Amino acid sequence: MIAEGGLAALWLAAALAALQLVLGIMGVRSGRTDLLAAVRPVAVVQGVLTLIAFVALIWLFVTVDLSVALVAANDASTKPLLYKFAGTWGNHEGSMLMWVTILGVAGGAVAILERRLNERTLIATLAAQAAIGLGFYAFLLFASNPFARLNPAPVEGQGLNPLLQDPGLAFHPPTLYLGYVGLSVAFSFAVGALVTRDVGAAFARAMRPWVLGAWILLTLGITAGSYWAYYELGWGGWWFWDPVENASLMPWLAATALLHSVTVLATREGLRAWTVMLAVVAFSMSMVGTFLVRSGILTSVHAFAVDPKRGTFILALLAIYIGGALALFGLRVGTVREGSRFDAVSREGSLVINNLLLSAILGIVLVGTLYPLIAESVTGEKLSVGPPYFNSAAGPLALILVAVMAAGPVMRWRRDDLKAVARRIALPVLVAALALLAVILLAPGIRILPLLGLVAAAGVGLASLAPLWKRNLRRTPLFIWGMVISHLGIAVSMAGMAAESAFTRETLVATQVGATHKVGPYIVRLDDVQPIAGPNYTAIEATITARRGEGGEPMILKPETRSFPSPQTETNEAAIKTVLDGQLYIVVGKPDDQGRWQLRAWWKPFVTFIWLGGALVAFGGFLAMVGRIRREIRHAPPPEFI
Amino acid sequence: MRRLLIWAPLALFIAFFVVFASGLISPESKTIRSQLIGKPMPQFALQPGVAGKAGVSSAELANGQPHLVNVFASWCIPCIAEAPQLDQLAQAGVPIYGIAIRDRPEDLARFLARNGDPYRAIGGDPNSSVQIALGSSGVPETFVVDGKGIIRHQHIGDIQPQDVPGIMSALGAAK
Repeated sequence: MIAEGGLAALWLAAALAALQLVLGIMGVRSGRTDLLAAVRPVAVVQGVLTLIAFVALIWLFVTVDLSVALVAANDASTKPLLYKFAGTWGNHEGSMLMWVTILGVAGGAVAILERRLNERTLIATLAAQAAIGLGFYAFLLFASNPFARLNPAPVEGQGLNPLLQDPGLAFHPPTLYLGYVGLSVAFSFAVGALVTRDVGAAFARAMRPWVLGAWILLTLGITAGSYWAYYELGWGGWWFWDPVENASLMPWLAATALLHSVTVLATREGLRAWTVMLAVVAFSMSMVGTFLVRSGILTSVHAFAVDPKRGTFILALLAIYIGGALALFGLRVGTVREGSRFDAVSREGSLVINNLLLSAILGIVLVGTLYPLIAESVTGEKLSVGPPYFNSAAGPLALILVAVMAAGPVMRWRRDDLKAVARRIALPVLVAALALLAVILLAPGIRILPLLGLVAAAGVGLASLAPLWKRNLRRTPLFIWGMVISHLGIAVSMAGMAAESAFTRETLVATQVGATHKVGPYIVRLDDVQPIAGPNYTAIEATITARRGEGGEPMILKPETRSFPSPQTETNEAAIKTVLDGQLYIVVGKPDDQGRWQLRAWWKPFVTFIWLGGALVAFGGFLAMVGRIRREIRHAPPPEFI
Repeated sequence: MRRLLIWAPLALFIAFFVVFASGLISPESKTIRSQLIGKPMPQFALQPGVAGKAGVSSAELANGQPHLVNVFASWCIPCIAEAPQLDQLAQAGVPIYGIAIRDRPEDLARFLARNGDPYRAIGGDPNSSVQIALGSSGVPETFVVDGKGIIRHQHIGDIQPQDVPGIMSALGAAK
């Protein structure tokens, strides 16, 4: 009954989305207030219905109702409760239902919360949101019904891919999805504003919290995903330029640009067309990412839910939404009034450069991700574009971007004086110069990109604090603190990336029990190798003692190689020891014919800064969000009483 | 100039769309080739998986006659879909040996009662050790083994009606 109830709720929600779209279009065209007024409640009920459907599916998973095909294929009564719960979205149908649920609930939230936007623009926005929803409802109901029954029911389910049985991964997809769907709301706002030709500060302020929220979640998702790949895949790298990673990076780059341009629009009424464009691009990148990951047209180490039929469906949605929005943009943006003017040397000017650089990086990543596909359709050869392309193409641009980030926040809106700006960033530039000297003296022969990275990190780290200079810190608005902390986080991350890439020491040896090897400042000894059995895998576990120098305190590390039977997978469980100035990372592989074990050890100085920086960036975003909301509440018009 | 810029994004998107669509339409050229093909079955001897039926050992698979080794489980859903095809093969006189992964005898008996029993013998593999040794990537999976105990063909996933002729010809070639 629960499954049928969930399906019924989903059909009803789809019907309401259709109603919401029709009412919205009619209301915006005719301007009839009764039609306009009907849209909000419909959006709220639609959101509630999707939530009911989603909770029904969670319930089926938690109670392991094996008469439902999806549960039988992805759940098992022996699984820990957390993974029964997370199993709900650890598969294609469930994750699509989660996507639609977030979409519906977000639409309902816009309907309830948004009060300052022009009524017609808001209703056009809700209609656009309903149109996106309809496509995904159709996808679910016609191509991937999560509530389909299975007859006869099996006696036990198939469980969940062991690689996915990780608490980090259980909550990784929801984080990214919330981010993607937050961008869908920004997209709907942009479409709504284009429809009513009402691209202005009010629209930017309405859109901003959604962009900010989406951006925070994407930042967290990418940071967590990077750390997961680092410790779980056992390759010692933290970013692989894998299509699936790029699928989350591209919307983040677009959202970062959007976040900055929307501020220009909200504060200064500038960059109107550009902001609308970015809102369309940001959500397009979420959809392109979804399409790439699910269609199977690109191969990836993370390959998941691969099915060309579904790929075709998502491609059709892509064509309708992105193509439609870009056509609307072409038709309407010419009639949008130009925004306020500003000088090249100004806060706006620096944000325009920021936007152009971010867009260029986005283009590089997009081209690199799609290049294998293009090459295959032209030459018929399978090839892949590796880190050398991405690093050498995107790296220098990222460096310039970070330099702009140092100067931008100390510039005045509208017009500034170049000399005054130079004076304000003199100290950070001096620090960067000193850092350059120090690194060249201490680490001669360092490659140019990491060198510049370290130098930029030092300068930008200091420059990011400049907006606090000579301010009363207790009265500084929270969103300024947010910006400062986010920018500082970028510097911290950058320092980690540069240090890791410049100073990592790697040792790869075939070793026997009792032998010692040197890696960076550490001496490691293989003490023992034992087979062990886990709950659903078998493994070999090595015991390794590591000392820093001859007389250092011994640390014990226990890397494993695990074999899972179903589906048959081998995973390397790296042993990682975190110390103040870095991480020791050890992986043990298979024995060779002479009984020697393959041992791979890395010393990675300051590698943790990469994720620490990511967390700081997200935390800064969170502070900015809280600060903006508090200001909005304080400045909000008094509630209306009828 | 401004008009051109305004329509450039749509033009770019259409170009990408064409690439996506052609990538989706072009036929898939990937085939999985097991590294075990041409190699002998790993050594094992499994206890009977269900009451009243013999177990399976690698020795008896090298008895001069080709057979199928079917890796399955009562909790596996595609195995239900595969059952009629296995029955058809058994009725055609093909000896089929089953390896039941992480299964209980009573569940297995229920599964066989409901879906038919094409197996000459069934070995129980409670901790998947033989499955791992076979390099099997999940259930169901079927191996064509020749009379010397050498793996000749591997079928990943359930055997669908259209797969039966291919399996029969692989068996014929393994004679």
